[in-house]
Amino acid sequence: MSDLKAKVVILGAGHAGGAMAAFLRQAGHEGPIVLIGDEPIGPYQRPPLSKAWLKGEADADSLALKDPAWYADNGCDLKLGVRATGLNRGDKTVTLSTGETVSYDILVFATGARARKLPIPGADLQGVLELRTAADAEALKAALGEGKRLAIIGGGYVGLEVAASARALGAHAMVLERETRILARVACSQLSDFFIAYHKARGVSFELGVEITAFEGEGGHIRRVRLADGRAIDCDAALVGIGAIPNDDLAKDAGLECVNGIVVDLDARTADPDVFAIGDVTHRPLPLYDRQFRLESVPNALEQAKVAAGVIAGKPPLTPEVPWFWSDQFDLKLQIAGLPFDADTILVRGDPATAKFAVFHLKGDQIQAVEAVNSPPEFMMGKQLIGNRKAVSPERLADTTVSMKEVIA
Amino acid sequence: MAKITYIEHDGTEHSVDVKTGLSVMEGAIKNNVPGIDADCGGACACATCHVYVDAAFEGKTGEKSAMEESMLDFAENVEPNSRLSCQIKVTDELDGLIVRLPESQH
Ligand SMILES: Cc1cc2nc3c(=O)[nH]c(=O)nc-3n(C[C@H](O)[C@H](O)[C@H](O)COP(=O)(O)OP(=O)(O)OC[C@H]3O[C@@H](n4cnc5c(N)ncnc54)[C@H](O)[C@@H]3O)c2cc1C
Ligand code: FES
Repeated sequence: MSDLKAKVVILGAGHAGGAMAAFLRQAGHEGPIVLIGDEPIGPYQRPPLSKAWLKGEADADSLALKDPAWYADNGCDLKLGVRATGLNRGDKTVTLSTGETVSYDILVFATGARARKLPIPGADLQGVLELRTAADAEALKAALGEGKRLAIIGGGYVGLEVAASARALGAHAMVLERETRILARVACSQLSDFFIAYHKARGVSFELGVEITAFEGEGGHIRRVRLADGRAIDCDAALVGIGAIPNDDLAKDAGLECVNGIVVDLDARTADPDVFAIGDVTHRPLPLYDRQFRLESVPNALEQAKVAAGVIAGKPPLTPEVPWFWSDQFDLKLQIAGLPFDADTILVRGDPATAKFAVFHLKGDQIQAVEAVNSPPEFMMGKQLIGNRKAVSPERLADTTVSMKEVIA
Repeated sequence: MAKITYIEHDGTEHSVDVKTGLSVMEGAIKNNVPGIDADCGGACACATCHVYVDAAFEGKTGEKSAMEESMLDFAENVEPNSRLSCQIKVTDELDGLIVRLPESQH
């Protein structure tokens, strides 16, 4: 049952929250929308913070999802620099850091995730940075430049993107990774091998399998990173990029089920019919893979925002999308579709030496995931095949003389 | 500034003024025109900003890069006048541009 006049309160004015407000209006929702965010600026895109924006190829205007006037013009009360501090589901109110209480008919959690901290001595030194917000990115950019030495803790996507951008700005980048390969949690070893070689050839250095025990400084500013084996790595700044933690504390305190994120159904709804959750903060069903999972990507945030807006406005249900992600490093475009759950075979199409290849993860004759480097056809066709569950012929898939349009078994 | 008209698949028209320098995709997102998803925010990585460019403007929207060409090759319902709108920069010359949107971007 939908009520187009319902008052919708959205907690978190990030990518999911901002998109939710826009999709509600697109879906014809007429009731008031209150969008509450603790950052000083309105919803913006984070992906460029480690890529185009960091390299100086995009300005703040182009990061903003909407012009500032859009919110007031569309009956959306955007409260910035304000934190939601309490939720009372009984009387359907939210308490804010300003002391104000806001009532809702429908509540949407879009509180995202925060950068994971490294709880070691020296973590509060100046120059020990993280990258989640535009403000973080400003601080990082200020620390980069010709000849500057950046130590990057964690060889995940954000770390590698920053390494590539730092090189483009003439800075030195050294990636320190606890695992024995980079991208260990998010990509297959073929991809790790390729990316580390590509980065090394462009001047990024790596230490794998190392543990960091302290940040050491002089005059309150970081000077070196101390490793467990006693070695010290000199640097001018250190970026900690070791993953993100969902901002689900408020939901947990209010008795909503959380398992590494707020548990929602395919409608992005929690067990409380008046409370939805979208984006990085959710633990959501993945119907293609028969399980619940937490995704951290813009496409996921947009999909859930659109789904929730449609449910609230009483629109017909949407077909679930295939999860996907991209990353830009140097002149490489990595596009990933699907997730490699339950895969039994890894198949490489193309030659990594040419910097144009794709890794397919198969379960029998079905594609579960594809990781495509500079290979849009493999990504686009792979994504379709993951979605429609059509069987492929592994032999044909491995053969680059057979076009992607002809790999169906 | 250029006036751009986005026509949804069901015929609904949205005429908006878009700053030169932005992309045709950004013009749609900033003005909340439904039907352009732009999952990747203009990185030419998603093909969810697909539009059909009106014949009168086909010569004015610039050349497709190899990347765009390749993405479009595998998008759905592609026509000869298909473009990824994040790859079209708005110029004064595009004042009056009309683009039509496909039924779905996914
Ligand atoms: C550097 C970087 C690069 C990335 N690159 C890519 C990429 O290439 N491709 C991709 O798909 N994804 C990428 N991502 C991930 C993507 O940005 C996220 O998946 C997306 O932002 C999720 O949107 P969200 O709204 O769920 O969370 P967020 O965008 O994090 O927004 C949540 C907002 O809620 C606020 N908030 C939290 N708690 C409260 C509270 N109690 N009260 C008020 N406000 C609160 C937060 O401060 C934040 O502003 C990247 C992320 C980063 C940081
Ligand atoms: S916005 Fe993704 S390709 Fe245009």
